[in-house]
Amino acid sequence: MSEKKIRKKTYSKINFLQAFLSSSLNGGRLYWVWMFSLLSIALYGATAYSQQAQFGLGVTGLSDQITWGLYISNFTFFVGVAAAAVILVIPAYLFHRREMRRVTLLGESLAVAAVTVAILFVTVDLGQPLRFWHAMPFFGKLNFPTSILAWDMLVLSLYLLVNLILLWFILYNKFCNDSPVVKRYFPLVVVAIILGISIHTVTAFMLSGNPSRPFWHTAVLAPRFIASAFAAGAALMIILFQILHLTSKFRLSKGLIREIAIIMAFSQFFSLFLLGAELYNAFYHNTAHEISAHLLYTGKIAHDNLTISIYMAITAGLIACIMLFVRRVRENVALLNIASILIFFAIWLEKGLGLIIPGFVPSPLGEIAQYTPSAIEIKVTLGIWAVGAIIFTLLARITIAIEFDGLRHK
Amino acid sequence: MADNRSSRRGFLKGTVALAALAAGGCSSSNNGQNTAFGDSVASFFQDHYQTMTPDEIKEVLARVERKAKRAHGVDIKCENSPPIANVEFGYVLNLSKCKGTRRCVEACVVENNCGRNHSLENIRVLAMPHGTMDLNKSDHFYDHKEVPKAGEWYLPVQCHQCDEPACVQACPVEATWKEHDGIVVIDYDWCIGCRNCAVACPYWARHFNWTTPILPKDEINLKTHYLGNRPRESGVMEKCTFCIQRTRKGELPACQEACPTGARIFGNLLDPNSEIRYILENKNVFRLKEEQGTQPNFWYFSDV
Repeated sequence: MSEKKIRKKTYSKINFLQAFLSSSLNGGRLYWVWMFSLLSIALYGATAYSQQAQFGLGVTGLSDQITWGLYISNFTFFVGVAAAAVILVIPAYLFHRREMRRVTLLGESLAVAAVTVAILFVTVDLGQPLRFWHAMPFFGKLNFPTSILAWDMLVLSLYLLVNLILLWFILYNKFCNDSPVVKRYFPLVVVAIILGISIHTVTAFMLSGNPSRPFWHTAVLAPRFIASAFAAGAALMIILFQILHLTSKFRLSKGLIREIAIIMAFSQFFSLFLLGAELYNAFYHNTAHEISAHLLYTGKIAHDNLTISIYMAITAGLIACIMLFVRRVRENVALLNIASILIFFAIWLEKGLGLIIPGFVPSPLGEIAQYTPSAIEIKVTLGIWAVGAIIFTLLARITIAIEFDGLRHK
Repeated sequence: MADNRSSRRGFLKGTVALAALAAGGCSSSNNGQNTAFGDSVASFFQDHYQTMTPDEIKEVLARVERKAKRAHGVDIKCENSPPIANVEFGYVLNLSKCKGTRRCVEACVVENNCGRNHSLENIRVLAMPHGTMDLNKSDHFYDHKEVPKAGEWYLPVQCHQCDEPACVQACPVEATWKEHDGIVVIDYDWCIGCRNCAVACPYWARHFNWTTPILPKDEINLKTHYLGNRPRESGVMEKCTFCIQRTRKGELPACQEACPTGARIFGNLLDPNSEIRYILENKNVFRLKEEQGTQPNFWYFSDV
């Protein structure tokens, strides 16, 4: 490469970053209202977290009995949302659906935001967050490959990195007016697909690899995670893409939304089927092994609220699933939106609190404990969600500017 | 590989010493680091217990003592006595003798400097109804005027110091490991507080310091071990270490010493003449939740 060309490249990289900044800093009144609300929620969460940092995790509702709660529930859920980007990437690149390629960039933006959110949720759950470097390869002592949590840390960071590189590579090249040849980044797309499936599988293994916790100790957990992630991810994308369609230059085709809706229908069906298989095992015989499930679904002793929530979640999921299998309902935008919202919250409950908490009840020594998230936990959670929304907004804006609004290097 | 790692860490440390200087807090010389700020900077960059040199460990032990002085106003002695050769510890509990007095729990809390504010206890005594082994029927918080109560038997549970410890497998940063004498220990200064070990343990033997432990000054045990009963900070795990600070010096664990009925028998599994070996060979011993496959070094038996 000649010197002149290199200089031009460096110059245009600065230009690209400038374009990113200006897309982040220029927006209508609605944009600024949105960003300021998110920023204030994030700051609100940060102040709550500073209290937790000062007084320890004792300010949460957690205990030795129920040692993971709202944070880890959200962690598992958002790892799923991040993994769900593959439902766009696989059809676009492996099944050659060209019209889907432009949207995969938004899927990758969502993946970046969701992985960041997941990583933040584990970080706030740490008792000694400043010791994060102990988990860094070379500097610290990552217990790899023995500890599944070590695997999780590794694949999550790699997935974040690969998605950032892909976004950068495609957007930057388009910005410089040379449309990137798919061949040049296709290997990375394959890596991203494998990592996308991996992050959620490993997160499921982190739970299901504990014989001490019979509620999670089931081989069905990983497939269930993948199915429910695809359903919840598709639901979120349908809602987000419509919002972007209304508020930006992004154009959502009817065909695309239909395809995502079909993926969502099948994923949701499969997710419910796996849940049913789980329930059969739990209830056909009355063994002590399945006591967590009995406590959860009969609401006998502990968590009444959780029992109500899990029934609400299953009902909502069933209704949405039936709706999606009726063509006229699926192709009606308003009804599709209702089904998407139902699925999103159903899975948030079922895979979040409805999965994590019952795993701890009863404790391995048979103790039945209670857990209610504290105000601080809820504030921190809201704050992290806001951070995720900010990241997605910023990435989606530059993506749309380049991909749909023809923003180019002058 | 190890050299590589320590040199990288050395580089990191150098950078930080500079940063600390720039922060204007303390001097960079070793003598100057004895301030609270210097100690916390040094703690941040402290290496894993198993990778530190003897000199570094000496420095760390002194720092632990200074920190205890600052936090609790007492002069503790923190040692790191190594495992004794040809010793592997095991424990046997005679269920017919245990009467549920919970003296072991009380002695354990005091001996091991467990925080009193968050009722952290490394031994749990379960009151079991007669005729069942189902732990889900146990009563953890029995409050009888007199023990034993008719129709009940008592099952004390603590860390089983497994040979295949699920907790050690679960830890993402190798902050916990099994020592040569069979004790599963934690480097409290390396633990990141993710609680994955507590999730993995089938015996509920791992406990978390949810807040900064509060210790009554006059009850603090001044004889401490780095991997054992030294005062902990908030945000780290702890567990039963078979009283490492005592047993590595040939003393009995506090729980056995406190037991008024003689239900507890601690000993060296490698000594063919030990009482524990006699019991293992001649009584119908069993292990709790053996099907979990963690190979505990803790047995129970019934003598009647």
